Amino acid sequence: MKQTIGFKLNGKKVTVAINGDESLLTVLREYLDNTGTKYSCGLGQCGACTVILNNKTAQSCMTYVDQFENADIITIEGLANNNELHPIQEAFIAHDALQCGFCTPGMIMNSYGLLLKNPNPSREEIISEMDVNLCRCGSYNNIVDAIETASEKMFKKL
Amino acid sequence: MEAEKINQLYFSDVNQPIKYDRRKFLKQLGKGIIVIFSLSELSLLQGWSQPTNARNEEIDFNAYLRVKEDGRVDCYTGKIEMGQGIITSLAQALAEELEVSIDQVDMVMGDTKLCPYDAGTWGSLTTRFADPVIRAAAAEAREILIEIASEKLGEPVENLEAVNGSVYVKGSASRKIDYAVLTKGKKIVRSLTKKPEIKKAKDFKIVGKSVISTDAMAKVTGRAKYSADIKLPGMVYASVVRPVIFGSKKIAVDASALNNFNGAQLIEDGDLVAVIHSESEVAAKAAQSIKITWEAPESKANTETIFNYFEDTITQSTVFEEGGDLVSGKQNSEKIVQADYHDGYKAHAAIETHCATCYFENDKLTVWASTQTPFGTQKELADTFKMPQEDVHVKQIFLGGGFGGKIYNLQAVEAAKIAKISGKPVQLAWTRREEFMYDRFRPAALLKIRSGVDNHGKLNLWEFDIYCAGTRGTKLFYNAPNNLTRFFNKNDIHPFGTGAWRAPGNNTTTFARESHIDATAHAIGQDPLEFRLNNLKDENMIATLKLAADTFGYTSPKKEGHGYGIALGEDAGTLVAIISEVRVDKSTGEVHPVKIVCAQDMGQVVNPHGATVQTEGGVTMGLGYALYEEIEFDGGLVKTRTFGNYPFTTFSKTPKITCVFMDKMNAAPQGGGEPAIICVGGAIANAVFDACGARVNRMPITPKRVLAAMPL
Repeated sequence: MKQTIGFKLNGKKVTVAINGDESLLTVLREYLDNTGTKYSCGLGQCGACTVILNNKTAQSCMTYVDQFENADIITIEGLANNNELHPIQEAFIAHDALQCGFCTPGMIMNSYGLLLKNPNPSREEIISEMDVNLCRCGSYNNIVDAIETASEKMFKKL
Repeated sequence: MEAEKINQLYFSDVNQPIKYDRRKFLKQLGKGIIVIFSLSELSLLQGWSQPTNARNEEIDFNAYLRVKEDGRVDCYTGKIEMGQGIITSLAQALAEELEVSIDQVDMVMGDTKLCPYDAGTWGSLTTRFADPVIRAAAAEAREILIEIASEKLGEPVENLEAVNGSVYVKGSASRKIDYAVLTKGKKIVRSLTKKPEIKKAKDFKIVGKSVISTDAMAKVTGRAKYSADIKLPGMVYASVVRPVIFGSKKIAVDASALNNFNGAQLIEDGDLVAVIHSESEVAAKAAQSIKITWEAPESKANTETIFNYFEDTITQSTVFEEGGDLVSGKQNSEKIVQADYHDGYKAHAAIETHCATCYFENDKLTVWASTQTPFGTQKELADTFKMPQEDVHVKQIFLGGGFGGKIYNLQAVEAAKIAKISGKPVQLAWTRREEFMYDRFRPAALLKIRSGVDNHGKLNLWEFDIYCAGTRGTKLFYNAPNNLTRFFNKNDIHPFGTGAWRAPGNNTTTFARESHIDATAHAIGQDPLEFRLNNLKDENMIATLKLAADTFGYTSPKKEGHGYGIALGEDAGTLVAIISEVRVDKSTGEVHPVKIVCAQDMGQVVNPHGATVQTEGGVTMGLGYALYEEIEFDGGLVKTRTFGNYPFTTFSKTPKITCVFMDKMNAAPQGGGEPAIICVGGAIANAVFDACGARVNRMPITPKRVLAAMPL
């Protein structure tokens, strides 16, 4: 039996019919066509599916209805304000902090979650917080540089 | 090109382009100025591109570009973008020669209907072979535009020049015609007729400048499409029922529990058993409910016994290189050093798993597949269904990493079979667990080396037996007058699929050679840098090593517990020297990379920024195979199934990495995607020895192996 549930996705209220045992990743990608969030391991071991749930990072492949119903969810699609990129996205471009781009949405969302709770992190804090996100192309050093740049820009505005 | 053929080429050095007949692609072209180019005409580019006179391999690169009626330029190539940055660097080369800005160029890549044939994106071939072709085509297009402008302006061609999308009368800022005006209403198709004037480095405006990836915007916004992001009307998701042990044969299927899943449909085709459903998670759960009785092959070796198994089982060898006389080499050596080296199986572990989305319509098949070989996939699918190749259309899509693992397209064949049987559009995305079983792993290898040095510290003897790793990059660049390199291999020796893994074989053989060179230097009490400089024969390699040593500060004092390690190698035309610094915790055996310098002679560097990103990426990935990555198995039972038991390099394990390039702007560009990674294993192993005296001859260099090798 399908049940209809609701949550806020990138600032807009959405309702969706679900079976009740799907992951948030499936709901986002398959039912709501938000394919920016990626599947890679399905076990919370790589961070490719990271989203923001009630202002905290969550790995959407391991997040279920009791957590996401009525929650406020932000995905990579919701980060830019109209056509204006978020400073983290700008910094990822400026530092070329990506190669194949498949881990990038998860990387950016985890950075976003980090800067929400700690707007001015040290390099060590960035590395420690980001360590759950895997990048096989090896863009780690550029990603850390990008997060530092984004943090500087955002912190100055605060 | 078929995967097995690629494997054959990939594990050896490919030094010339791959040739094929040109395909019929012209009829569908719109208007504009079109320049087509095939490598069979490459003799026109002698002196610039790679020599083509070598073996008669079936290699080719066909490309064409079209200056459209609006002045924008389409570039069509069968290559794909998987993070290696050619979507940017090829556009750069084209823009340079055609005198347009890079954002005027649209790259159309890997679409079998729109793009001319290409053998696949592997072997660091793109920049070596595709780049010169695209430049030549762009230079030709520029000349055509100037000819048309000459008629329109009534000026001889020698008075005209192309600048930034327009043809100008030299010395005049106002007498000009834009490309869009010149191409309007025209359809001019040309292939190269004479050697085009290609720019020299001093005239470059775009090549050699760092350009940010042109696909970055799509990738940071989540808009970049990968094959699992395609959703078709009426599409179903497929989930394949897999055996636990690789190579198992199906005996019986019990699908009685499938009734519990409303809308689930069973698909059977030989050993392929799958479930489809309009929801992926239901398909996956329904597939788990199916019970299959399998007959598993017997285990012949496991993670630990595989090396002896190779040595006992493989008796056939071929001589790859030989010189001088081994007996006198031995007799005239002051010191003989002999050792075995081992390397385990590694996964590609791209963050994107293998995926294909496809549909049949009127007996024609359309596919979006995460593949490094769109035309190979097209052929494989056409062969599978005995249909004409032109009825299979593989579409352009981004890849979430490849590293050689997406040369093989089992997922596309499976998806298409399921689509054919079900009559529905199908998406099949492998799970991480399937990825760890059906990925074609980098083969484990055994390497046996005997070296001899005379009393002047000169290498006199080099005997190198390579089991399973291939000969790519093993041509001796040390001066060892008495030498023999043999390659031992046997079909179906591995308990599961193996294949090309970023610079195939060369990571393993370079680890062994460079470890052994180090051990030989230490055996006669020489510094490994001095010993290498003493025994290298190639001036370019010497210069590259010196650049690495100077950049690293090799003579600077080391902290307690730290060590420096050097490794040299050659891959895809590029010379590599890596020097690493590690810290070894002597109580736990843990190795912490501190600093890595990578110097490369890669000829002309098209996009210095892109080349740095590729090099740094290769080094970062390389730390994984050197220190952490190993597939655990017993026969076809693959025990490594998740990222949880297949650790690789993470943020916290990445040291500071510095990349430097020899200044060769007038030389031909060489490979960039693979070379750097080959030296990481050797440079780490040698640094570990320098730090704590442990000579670890087996990768990965785990804490346990370091402790076991530690001198008492």
